[in-house]
Amino acid sequence: MSDRNRRARNARTVEVVMKVVTGACVALVIGAAMLILGKIVISGIPGISLEFLFSKPGMGMRAGGIFPIIVGTLMLVTLTAVLVLPLGIMAGIYLAEYAPKNVVTRIVRLSIANMAGVPSIVYGLFGLAVFVLLMQIGKSLLASALTLTCLTLPVIITSTEEALRQIPSDLRQAALALGATRWRAIYKVILPAAAPGIVTGSILGLSRAAGETAPILVTGAAFFLPKLPDSVYSQYMSLPYHLYVLATQVPNVPPEITWGTAFVLVAGVSIVSMIAGAWRSVQRRKVKW
Amino acid sequence: MVMSAVLEEVTAEAPFALSEPVRVDADRAEKVSGSFSLKDVSVAYGNETVIAGVNMLVPSRAVTALIGPSGCGKSTLLRCLNRMNDEIGNVRVGGTIALDGLDIYQKSIDPVDLRMRVGQVFQRPNPFPMSIYDNVAFGPRTQGVRKRDELDAIIEAALKDAALWDEVKNHLKKHAFELSGGQQQRLCIARALATKPEVLLMDEPASALDPISTQQIEDTIAELKDMVTIVIVTHNMQQAARISDQTAFMLRESMDQPAHLVEVGETKRMFTNPDDKRTESYITGRFG
Amino acid sequence: MTMTPSERAGRLLGRTTRRRAAEAVVRTLIYAAGLLSIVILLAIAVFLFVEARKSIAEVGLGTMLTSTQWFPTGTPKIFGFLPLIIGSLMVTGVALVVFVPIGIGAAVFISEFSAGWFKEVMKSVIEFMAAVPSVVYGFLGVAILIPWVKATFGLTSGMTALTGGLVLGIMSLPTVISISEDALHAVPDALRQGSLALGNTRWQTIYKVVVPSASSGIFAGVMLGLGRAIGETMAVLMLTGNAAVIPTNVFESVRTMTGTIAAEMGEVVFGGLHYSVLFSVGLVLFGITFVINLAADLVLERQRKRWRR
Ligand SMILES: Nc1ncnc2c1ncn2[C@@H]1O[C@H](COP(=O)(O)OP(=O)(O)OP(=O)(O)O)[C@@H](O)[C@H]1O
Ligand SMILES: [Mg+2]
Repeated sequence: MSDRNRRARNARTVEVVMKVVTGACVALVIGAAMLILGKIVISGIPGISLEFLFSKPGMGMRAGGIFPIIVGTLMLVTLTAVLVLPLGIMAGIYLAEYAPKNVVTRIVRLSIANMAGVPSIVYGLFGLAVFVLLMQIGKSLLASALTLTCLTLPVIITSTEEALRQIPSDLRQAALALGATRWRAIYKVILPAAAPGIVTGSILGLSRAAGETAPILVTGAAFFLPKLPDSVYSQYMSLPYHLYVLATQVPNVPPEITWGTAFVLVAGVSIVSMIAGAWRSVQRRKVKW
Repeated sequence: MVMSAVLEEVTAEAPFALSEPVRVDADRAEKVSGSFSLKDVSVAYGNETVIAGVNMLVPSRAVTALIGPSGCGKSTLLRCLNRMNDEIGNVRVGGTIALDGLDIYQKSIDPVDLRMRVGQVFQRPNPFPMSIYDNVAFGPRTQGVRKRDELDAIIEAALKDAALWDEVKNHLKKHAFELSGGQQQRLCIARALATKPEVLLMDEPASALDPISTQQIEDTIAELKDMVTIVIVTHNMQQAARISDQTAFMLRESMDQPAHLVEVGETKRMFTNPDDKRTESYITGRFG
Repeated sequence: MTMTPSERAGRLLGRTTRRRAAEAVVRTLIYAAGLLSIVILLAIAVFLFVEARKSIAEVGLGTMLTSTQWFPTGTPKIFGFLPLIIGSLMVTGVALVVFVPIGIGAAVFISEFSAGWFKEVMKSVIEFMAAVPSVVYGFLGVAILIPWVKATFGLTSGMTALTGGLVLGIMSLPTVISISEDALHAVPDALRQGSLALGNTRWQTIYKVVVPSASSGIFAGVMLGLGRAIGETMAVLMLTGNAAVIPTNVFESVRTMTGTIAAEMGEVVFGGLHYSVLFSVGLVLFGITFVINLAADLVLERQRKRWRR
């Protein structure tokens, strides 16, 4: 057999081997994802009941449900959304429509990318120093929401900018040529056209915020509260922190309560994300540029 | 007022040599408005001057065709007329461009106002992602028209002028993307007409369309020229010959030289008996 | 609709002042929002420093960074970051060993060896893994991995650097895979075809042409995964046992910088020395991730420019 043939055969063997090796990596990833999903679903479902979802925890959190915890999370996310969406969407508009090609814009982009990588506990420290103490808001829904606003801002900005860039510049030009001002062109034509992308990106960003623990740990989430928060200045209970508490701080919690809490958290976050993602692709398919 | 007098007046305002005065029907003369005069116009992108020394008149209520090889600056010149170049950034326009004697590049002019008077139709049909009705209503609404019946009237008139009314009158709420390419382009024309412009700029409006849609657009243009001044860029010589009253031929002779206007004049004469050798060879398809 | 030219000219000049003012207000707001990210990032740095000042003055940054003991509540109080920094590095090191090979391998398979539908499936899988909150990873680690590590390695406690690192590795996979896959995807097909036409196999094409071309993007992915691992709080807090002793191997319990802040911030007197020391820890953490993110971003930017032309 010629040397050349042998080399070609070796190369083919290597290729098969590498396909198997890299395939094994993918299999590991899928395996990990299945394990996470499977374990949470299988162990979580038994704990889920209407009573669990709609009653207060009792007996030192060793019984009862998680109603105030779900409500606290929803309140926190809603308040965060109210704060972060206008800012993030406007900043996205700035980058996509207004930003000149200069050093300042470059620095803005660098800052946004960098903000996305700042550890969440550092946001917690920042929120504690500035919102809780300096601004004297105290540990509260508002302080936590402001902290999560900073944390979520880069996600919202990036996804808004991306959604706006998908819109062909023809549309902008057409609107301007009709005598629309820059803002009117954006507000009436470009934003509506980009809405599916912006909404989806926002929901994804906010669902991440809903799962954050470290930043709220130091800015307002409570270990236990006997009643629901009555204003944005109250402390609150929240799903991720509650899960942490059940898993590590309270001994002898029945497993179905802990797993049920984990299930509600993961299901909430991932179902919302999935619906948002699916809606976006449906919208994308509907409107072809 | 008769046409020749108007032309004299415009010419007097713009004291530069016209290769030839353009004769336009006398009965349109009293409605005259929406005429451009360009004097020594030049355009630079950054450091590169792409057009220089353009002098011409764009007569009112007539079709002016801009022809020339690809990259000679036809679109660039067209965009000067509604200041769309302002939106590109790093573009400098020199010389004077006057709309009915008013310098459109002077400080006090807001390009937004200018664009309500000078509409544009683009090469690719670009309806907004909304209903047919809302597309056409966009311009009037921008101008502050809110009353439903007033809007309805404007939209009906614009769609009729763009020869689209009969096809869409029963589906005004339909999404604009459901129209065919040719219909979309006529919708874009209707959308531009709804702002009641005096001038309509068209940059190769039929180049993305099939022959039948092209024919419909050409018919529409023929109807429109009684109402608005039209400046059209086209690569199709027959089209220029068919639809335009005046033709301007631009040429960039080499890449280190800006493009200039070789010849401008009445279409019939340009196509039968051009003054310039280069015009002749371009029209007969020898280059470009 | 007959307007004289002068009326038209009037229309041209009218109604602009108010509209211009409105437009200017909107533009100002948008510019302000655009610049907000710079302000926030600067503010984070500034306020971390402001709150850390007390500890830097009283203990000294040099002392904190070099002392080998962490006794924040003992007498005397000792604030040495070395156990925490080494703890963080050890956990991150374990994570790196997990996510670099698996992440890059998976990215290569997804980008080079798989069909369109499989890419879509993997996209969902990766999105799901990225969406799971870190506290859930921590909880799963407590439930599954701690007993497993304890039994497998015959340890008295399953709370080790290894346990935390393994979970961190899995948590960082989505970041590494999606960024590396993007980088591989961005390599023009013409390069692949050129190499295949020279008689290279698919795999030879991948490791001689595709991966080197995407190397900066893959590097950025690894850096961002690293940043995520160093900054991760809840999972390590729940899994590493938090013993503030300089570890000698991965089977020991460790205390990380993030875990320390999260665990101790609830018990300090606001404004006190311990509080301030925790901000110094935060400052160190911020500095490390800042450098990592900046490096990743600069590399990514270079890669983006590379394929533009
Ligand atoms: N936004 C821009 N920035 C820089 N240069 C530009 C820009 N737009 C056009 N140019 C340059 O200006 C010159 C004229 O371009 P223009 O688009 O006006 O030509 P055109 O005659 O319309 O060509 P075509 O027939 O192909 O549409 C070209 O050399 C082009 O490269
Ligand atoms: Mg052109």
